[in-house]
Amino acid sequence: MSLVERITTSADAKVWYDNIPIESLYTVGIAGEKFFRAIKDRGVIMGSVCPSCNLTYLPPMMYCERCLAELEEWVEVGTKGTVHTYTVVGVSLEGEPLEQPEILALIKVEGAHGGLVHRLGEVKPEDVEIGMPVEAVFKPKKGREGSILDIEHFKPV
Amino acid sequence: MSANVENFPGTPLSQADFDEGKILTTHWKPKLEYGWDAGVAISRYLAELKNGRIIGIKCSRCRSTVVPPRVVCEWCWEPMDDWVYLKDTGTVNTFSICYIRWDASRAKEPQIPAVIEIDGASKGAGILHLLDEVNADDVTIGMKVQAVWKPADERTGAITDIRYFKPT
Amino acid sequence: MAMRKVAVVGAGMTKFMRRAQETGRELAFQASRMALDSCEMTLDDIDAVALGTAPDAFDGLHMKGEYLSDGAGAWHKPYMRCYVGGGTGVFAAIQGWYHVASGLFDTCLVVCEEKMSSCMPHPQGAFLTIFDHTTERALKPNLIWIFALEMNRYMTMHGIEKKDIALVAVKNKRNALDHPCAQLAANITVEDVLNSEVLAWPVQRLDISPTSDGAVAIVMAAEHVAKRITDKPAWVRGVGWSLDTAYWTSRDLYYPKYVEYAARMAYDMAGITEPRKEIHVVEPYDPFDYKELHHLEGLLLADKGDAPRLTAEGVTARDGNMPVCPSGGMLGVGNPIAAAGLMKISEIFWQLRGEAGKRQVPGQPKTGLAQSWGDLMQVGCVMILGV
Repeated sequence: MSLVERITTSADAKVWYDNIPIESLYTVGIAGEKFFRAIKDRGVIMGSVCPSCNLTYLPPMMYCERCLAELEEWVEVGTKGTVHTYTVVGVSLEGEPLEQPEILALIKVEGAHGGLVHRLGEVKPEDVEIGMPVEAVFKPKKGREGSILDIEHFKPV
Repeated sequence: MSANVENFPGTPLSQADFDEGKILTTHWKPKLEYGWDAGVAISRYLAELKNGRIIGIKCSRCRSTVVPPRVVCEWCWEPMDDWVYLKDTGTVNTFSICYIRWDASRAKEPQIPAVIEIDGASKGAGILHLLDEVNADDVTIGMKVQAVWKPADERTGAITDIRYFKPT
Repeated sequence: MAMRKVAVVGAGMTKFMRRAQETGRELAFQASRMALDSCEMTLDDIDAVALGTAPDAFDGLHMKGEYLSDGAGAWHKPYMRCYVGGGTGVFAAIQGWYHVASGLFDTCLVVCEEKMSSCMPHPQGAFLTIFDHTTERALKPNLIWIFALEMNRYMTMHGIEKKDIALVAVKNKRNALDHPCAQLAANITVEDVLNSEVLAWPVQRLDISPTSDGAVAIVMAAEHVAKRITDKPAWVRGVGWSLDTAYWTSRDLYYPKYVEYAARMAYDMAGITEPRKEIHVVEPYDPFDYKELHHLEGLLLADKGDAPRLTAEGVTARDGNMPVCPSGGMLGVGNPIAAAGLMKISEIFWQLRGEAGKRQVPGQPKTGLAQSWGDLMQVGCVMILGV
């Protein structure tokens, strides 16, 4: 049976419609609280450091996943990075075409071994390149809520 | 070791921590809507409910008659295809008197959910349904009950085509 | 079967909380770190990681096993998540056991986590699909129905009264006063239970364990490693698990036969022929007060319908002949589903090593049993530890 094959004729075949009525309220956690507060209050991006594994986690974690040490050391990793990879999104989650295509990128931040997934702005899709240097553009402080969207997007440097 | 540990990890929060914005949170409301196929056996079960009948199925090997019907006997692992009309009467196997809704809020009126062993099925074979037209205090395990059906033109082929069961 | 001897050598846990600030992976980390520290091991000493966690919908994270893996220390290690509903906690330990007993690994870190507070408006929303979507959910059931129906059947078949069952809630919540991680420890009376809000008769507010956030971890090791790590390994003497039909309305709910099958499997493996004499401390699954009684009977530690008498006579008290839920159980410590089951293993571990502090049962117990229960009231998981 192929993926697209459907029962279209049987009058007896019943489908039962319902939903799962849940929503989720996530705490950002111990490390997340520090990370997002720094963005909200100071407009800086923080990473957490494991000195023994010589790693700087971004997004920061409260522990090192390699040695399971609790991480106490935090550093500012700057707001600049490079485009590690990207995609241009043309349809919404519902499958509708987007008026303005979105450019989503994985941005490697210098000084951290991880990176952030975020939007690219102030650039045309055809001008984006892997390896392109970019920097974070923050929302005005007043409008920040302690979320990843307090960074509006990354723009070419 | 547990006796030697004074401070176990974990940071408990109060409702106020959320209400007063003391901690950061993210909210997500997914649209989890499904169309579940009723399948071979249950489609027939629903079609018969629309006709005002309860249908079960019998294993030709162990002779068990079960309801709701299914396509395989879970004891013999044999296909089941011997359809049997059952009565719309039965016996209360167990019941509850429920005062809350699914989200733990208080219900306006209590409901009486029950497992009802259907007459004509093997002993112990029951279905989940509701009791009504009875005072909650008068319900007993072992009580004989019968189905109260929706009028034929209102039935849709659903378990709710039986509105509830009432004492006989 | 040529199976190797396996021991529990370390354990750790977070507090059980109504709402934790920590994310799920942070909770998993805290418990894992503590378990490793407790036996002076590092992540390098761990060959494999077994994780148990209940529905993804609670935490609101699909592929929760993968999400939790880094906090559970699974980076670049053989890793596997199991899920058998409420039975998960003890089953995860069984999974850890066969990883090591098989000879495949010398050590295994077993981690269980749950963060139910994420689920709004109530975790029951995620439980609704436990009912058949077509033949049951149309009746607009809620989760408490199935427990209320089972409890009523149990009470009616044996002529047990609610006040006899309420004693379990009183005992466990009181025991929990001595547990530093407890969420709902309290000194309550039978009257308090009987006067608490009726949710779905016969289930009342104080008959039920809470929803919780928390994590527990244990370290399991093969004999040659265990003996190097500690002079007090708690040996896994027997394991068992069994599943009953998902057609729960066709089962007689008054007795958990599947728990008996799981127990018999574990007793056979342990060479236990007289469990009532040979099991010295018990942590049966107690998400509801009647479940402790129901399970003691399924575990063959009480005659059918007789567990309430044992409770009334103090046999199951912490200083009784057969202490039951000396931890405070899920009724008192809390019920972060999978973590609650593994908490029971860690409690037996601490009890057998004489490390349970104020909760310590007298008489230097040699053999203890932990049991969990779940899915659609159909799975029983049992582990027997001995020193």
